[in-house]
Amino acid sequence: MSPRSVSTLRRLAPFAGLALVILVFAALTGAPAQYLSIPNLRIVLAQTVIVAIGAVGMTMIIVSGGIDLSVGSTIALTSVATALALHRSWPPVTSIAVAIALGGAVGMVNGLVITTLRVVPFIATLGMLGMARGVAKWLAGEMTVAAPETWINELAVTFPSRPWMVVAPGVWMTVILAVGASIALRRTVFGRHVFAIGSNEIAARACGIAVTRMKIAIYGLAGCAFGLAGVMQMSRLRQGDPTVAAGAELDIIAAVVIGGGSLSGGQGSILGAMVGALIMAFLRNGCQQVGWPNYIQEIIIGAIIVIAVALESRARRRD
Amino acid sequence: MAALSLRGIRKRFGVTVALDGVDLDIAAGEVLAIVGENGAGKSTLLNVIAGALDPDQGTLTLGAAGVAYIRQELSLFPHLSVAENILMGREPARFGVIDGGAMIARTQSLLDEFGRPEIRPADIVGGLSPASRQVVEICRALAADARLILMDEPTSSLERADVLRLFASVRRLCARGIAVVYVSHFLEEIREIASRAIVLRDGRSVWTGRLGEVTDEGLIRQMIGRAVDAGFSAAAARPHGDVVLSVDSIAGATFELRRGQILGIAGLVGSGRTELVRALFGLDAVRHGELRIRGERVDARRLSAGGSIRRGLGYLSEDRRVDGLFPHLSVRENLAMTRLDARDVGRWIERFRIKAGDIEDLIGTLSGGNQQKVLLARLLHQGASILLLDEPTRGIDVGTKAEIYDLIRTLAGEGKAMVMVSSYLPELFGVCDHLAVMNRGRLCEVRPIEAWTPDSVLEAAIGVGSAAA
Repeated sequence: MSPRSVSTLRRLAPFAGLALVILVFAALTGAPAQYLSIPNLRIVLAQTVIVAIGAVGMTMIIVSGGIDLSVGSTIALTSVATALALHRSWPPVTSIAVAIALGGAVGMVNGLVITTLRVVPFIATLGMLGMARGVAKWLAGEMTVAAPETWINELAVTFPSRPWMVVAPGVWMTVILAVGASIALRRTVFGRHVFAIGSNEIAARACGIAVTRMKIAIYGLAGCAFGLAGVMQMSRLRQGDPTVAAGAELDIIAAVVIGGGSLSGGQGSILGAMVGALIMAFLRNGCQQVGWPNYIQEIIIGAIIVIAVALESRARRRD
Repeated sequence: MAALSLRGIRKRFGVTVALDGVDLDIAAGEVLAIVGENGAGKSTLLNVIAGALDPDQGTLTLGAAGVAYIRQELSLFPHLSVAENILMGREPARFGVIDGGAMIARTQSLLDEFGRPEIRPADIVGGLSPASRQVVEICRALAADARLILMDEPTSSLERADVLRLFASVRRLCARGIAVVYVSHFLEEIREIASRAIVLRDGRSVWTGRLGEVTDEGLIRQMIGRAVDAGFSAAAARPHGDVVLSVDSIAGATFELRRGQILGIAGLVGSGRTELVRALFGLDAVRHGELRIRGERVDARRLSAGGSIRRGLGYLSEDRRVDGLFPHLSVRENLAMTRLDARDVGRWIERFRIKAGDIEDLIGTLSGGNQQKVLLARLLHQGASILLLDEPTRGIDVGTKAEIYDLIRTLAGEGKAMVMVSSYLPELFGVCDHLAVMNRGRLCEVRPIEAWTPDSVLEAAIGVGSAAA
């Protein structure tokens, strides 16, 4: 097989996985029409929004050969920031901008620590995991922050108030963000340099790519996505909660990896990560519909991550 | 106009003098070959020309900007397409959005001229053959407008047909006025592609001239240059005992090793010597072949390092920092790593005259030579009687080298059997009693050391007359 058709096949693998999950659970629930009904799809999609937006940012970081463990804390921090801004009667748009900017700032600090202090991404962002969570609790006064009723609360609802939207506005925002990020990664000089750094950092430097600046930008941009995910988190809970989204980074990393991202860099796609996020959401939802307990979901999702990566590394060895 | 001229280039790393006065001139459109033994300073010289290393002394004059250094696959992006690899850092774009059409067109025109029809701009580089990857590197050099291209052993992983294609590309480069510095061990290839050559020996340019005016034997004599037996007491003929290791077609080698025998293995870097000893010790997978250790048949496909140690084999790796030392552990722990009985470790320190402040000191505080002695002592401590030594004196000072030679001879006298891989001919001739040469993954017949001369070893390694096959 030519390298092209191999890589096409690999790109299709996450879709096959998604189809398999949907088919299996449609059969298991004994009511396929209900599992695949519009109301249930709305539930699944609304539940996917936060992980999916996070996975957009995480894809960029993982493709460049990095990792970010501070996502869950950043989501909590920015959800608290959104609620605090709304609480002070700032307009919703400004509050969202604050959250995105704050997420971007956290990401840039990660990028700076990784490049200028030469701390490996795993440790730099592990440190940020603690710091961002702490700052979130501090800002919130170790309590949840009530947010006044605004249209932000509508973003991530399961049933949109305007029926013509079919699914929540946040789902559409996620789709637009994902399409934009996908085009940026595939078609722009910036995007291709992200891949170049992940594929061979030394060669990237030799080709005149400003690797340090690129990395700070990558973590910063990804942080903006995490900030938006924080807004969605606030929208779902209708309050800012500094203890929320603990461990969300693992779901987000899992989505990217199930979607074909490689932790050694150079590989991954936004589309794949979106499919990865959907696979996990359909699994969770399916398990609930079948009436399986939570621990079964955890076992299945854990196994799927390992199987997806094992298949991927097998395919790579064959090349 | 000269594309490049070097005068009196000197470069040292710590106590090692890598370059000790190199003069070199190359004109635009010329192919200049650089030849020399392993460790003669060729790679250091290329790094100096490429600007990756600054010389300590001497002058370097470049005719025009633009030097490209083609190193085997090191500078490619395996996950990206051919077009992206070739144009990395200089993509045609408007407002940051890549012009895909222009990208493909520009790549295609370079590939049409220098490439091969089966390489397409959209192919992923990781899936290409070594030869095609090299084409990608050459095209990148062209896209970068390089006027001087450095090639380091470009044919070592190529089939003959691809070598011919590469040469055709090099000739087209020259026709464009691009100068090529071509480093290779293969003399017959050098004669095909280059008109002039420069011989490096011990970091010095000892000979420069037209290839038409010198024989292969003459070049080899320049490469070796020195009196080969200097510093070694003549190896006394030792009576050899029973066969302890018998190898049948494993990693390209078939030979027998007897008690008290020291079998030297010569060959070029990358010829498969390290792969052979690693396979024998069970570190790399072996697909077929037969191995007998002291008469006991061992399934070559099921070798493992643990099993080898139990059967009395010992392995000293080529690079102690990579797969020999545990830098955060003490001398005692390092020595007793393969047999965790550390009670009588002290006697090795005495016997090998290892200079360590205290046996509990970290091994990293010892000099390279003493570290190497500790690793050698580890093999004896574990009770090995068949020693596989890969470059046992690499990177250690002259005095310790002599001690290690003495040790190896003494051990042979005590009945240990040894395989010793080395790139340094004088030590092979000074220490070994038998020798075989590895050439492109094949070990030639073992002959007594008296049957070899340095010239014949180098000829066998370079494969004069046979490498083209």
